[in-house]
Amino acid sequence: MITVFRDIYSVLWVDLRFLRRHWLRTLATSIVNPILYLVAFGYGLGSGISFEGYSYLEFVMPGIIALTAMSSSYGGAGLKLHVDRLFYKCFDEYLMSPISLFSLAIGKTLIGVVRGLIASITLLIVGVIISPTLIISPLFVLVLVISCFVFSFLGVLIGLVAKSHQDMGTFSTLVILPMTFLSGTFFSLSQLPEAVKVVLYFLPLTHSSQCLRAAALSQPFPWLSLLALLGFGLVFFAGCMIALKRASV
Amino acid sequence: MEEVIVTEKLTKRYGDVRAVEDLNLKVHSGEIFGFLGPNGAGKTTTIRVLTTLTKPTSGCACVSSFDVVKEPDKVKKVIGVVQQHLSLDRDLTVRENMEFRARLHHLESSERRRRIDELLDYVGLTEQANRIVEDLSGGMKKRAMIVSSLMHRPKVLFLDEPTVGLDAQTRRRLWELIRRLHLDGTTIFLTTHYIEEAEALCQRVGIIHLGRLIDLGKPLELRQRLGLVAVETLVNNKETCYQYFADRAAATSYVQNLPPDAKTIIIRDSNLEDVFVELTGRKVGDD
Repeated sequence: MITVFRDIYSVLWVDLRFLRRHWLRTLATSIVNPILYLVAFGYGLGSGISFEGYSYLEFVMPGIIALTAMSSSYGGAGLKLHVDRLFYKCFDEYLMSPISLFSLAIGKTLIGVVRGLIASITLLIVGVIISPTLIISPLFVLVLVISCFVFSFLGVLIGLVAKSHQDMGTFSTLVILPMTFLSGTFFSLSQLPEAVKVVLYFLPLTHSSQCLRAAALSQPFPWLSLLALLGFGLVFFAGCMIALKRASV
Repeated sequence: MEEVIVTEKLTKRYGDVRAVEDLNLKVHSGEIFGFLGPNGAGKTTTIRVLTTLTKPTSGCACVSSFDVVKEPDKVKKVIGVVQQHLSLDRDLTVRENMEFRARLHHLESSERRRRIDELLDYVGLTEQANRIVEDLSGGMKKRAMIVSSLMHRPKVLFLDEPTVGLDAQTRRRLWELIRRLHLDGTTIFLTTHYIEEAEALCQRVGIIHLGRLIDLGKPLELRQRLGLVAVETLVNNKETCYQYFADRAAATSYVQNLPPDAKTIIIRDSNLEDVFVELTGRKVGDD
């Protein structure tokens, strides 16, 4: 058991060294997008609008935090892994070392979680300053951490199965980008037709933003969404393990 | 003599492509074994199977008596691998890369530090320890890769085309390092498509072509089978013809009896390139 933790930390260690060297650049690139959304939608488009009894800024803030957690965790876990595997071909070093595939999967996931948390906490600080009604409860933190895990698992999975740089780009354009805008991040799902809603419930970010918003605005908490989020996490993790097993054939 | 690597009827196919076919090989403890062959002959595939990265289609392979398919974790503990391409994390320093390998192999922190300093000194990289790998020269990168693979004192070191793309001087320094590792007791399995590298370093050489081992022995033995002296003759200004003889006397008497239209006659020692060409009908460097 101790070996498993030690191995996980060894895998994480190397990515933490990288992060330590490039922290400013990493942080800047992960919060520029959310801040643009915040200014464009929260202040620009949404000023003066009230939404479900909240100002639009209060409403949109948890959604933007959810999408920050998603993009930073997904990118943080997946992109370097993908580049290391396909372009630098240094991923084999992990496979040739005596650490378990489980430790490898979790270690590679944790760097995404760390980067997702750093970006979303930074944004959260901005959020608390401009929208003081946000409630940061333990439940909010729990959902945020779970979200980071779910999207890091997804990042590792895509980083492992993508056969080319184009594959990564295609997945970002076809899945990540639409998810950013459609998953109840910028608007309430209650405005949408039932059929569309059903489709959107198949996107993990929908559940992430629903849960974060409910926790932040102390609305009734959608426990089923939390369960769905955990389900997505489990499926993505299982996918990572299968992909890693296949990597050594 | 203890065998460190044993393969029996080892075969690896990718679809219809036979990368390695029926390979039977024994590498003795403490030797430098060279796997010589052109690009695409199956050298890297063999290394990938022996280092547990790829599963064989059939046959078996053992490293240090551990089966690569059944006991990959035990194999991983006794091997060090230096890949053909730069496999270090290029954004980290040499020391960080070494520490990373040491962590993967469960070295304790005091031992890590000691071993890193010792190895940096061994290959003359102490002053480069805190430089980012990306900024190093080709030779330094290769030396950094070698020391990173030695952190856990492997019994067998796999070197896949260790000197590809390096200049002559750097290559000689690396040869020196490989010889030193050998003298210190490490068994070395190296692949190369450079004839002179195989001749300069290896006690025994296996020649691989189209996935099959076509000859195996000491470089001198392989040359003896062919003839130690080679005569090159240009016939009709068109084709160079090669003849091999056991000694200079036999070669000289052959040259004296050549027809008058034979030109540009060269008498030289035969080499492994000759062995390879005679066995396969092509040159080692051909793709």
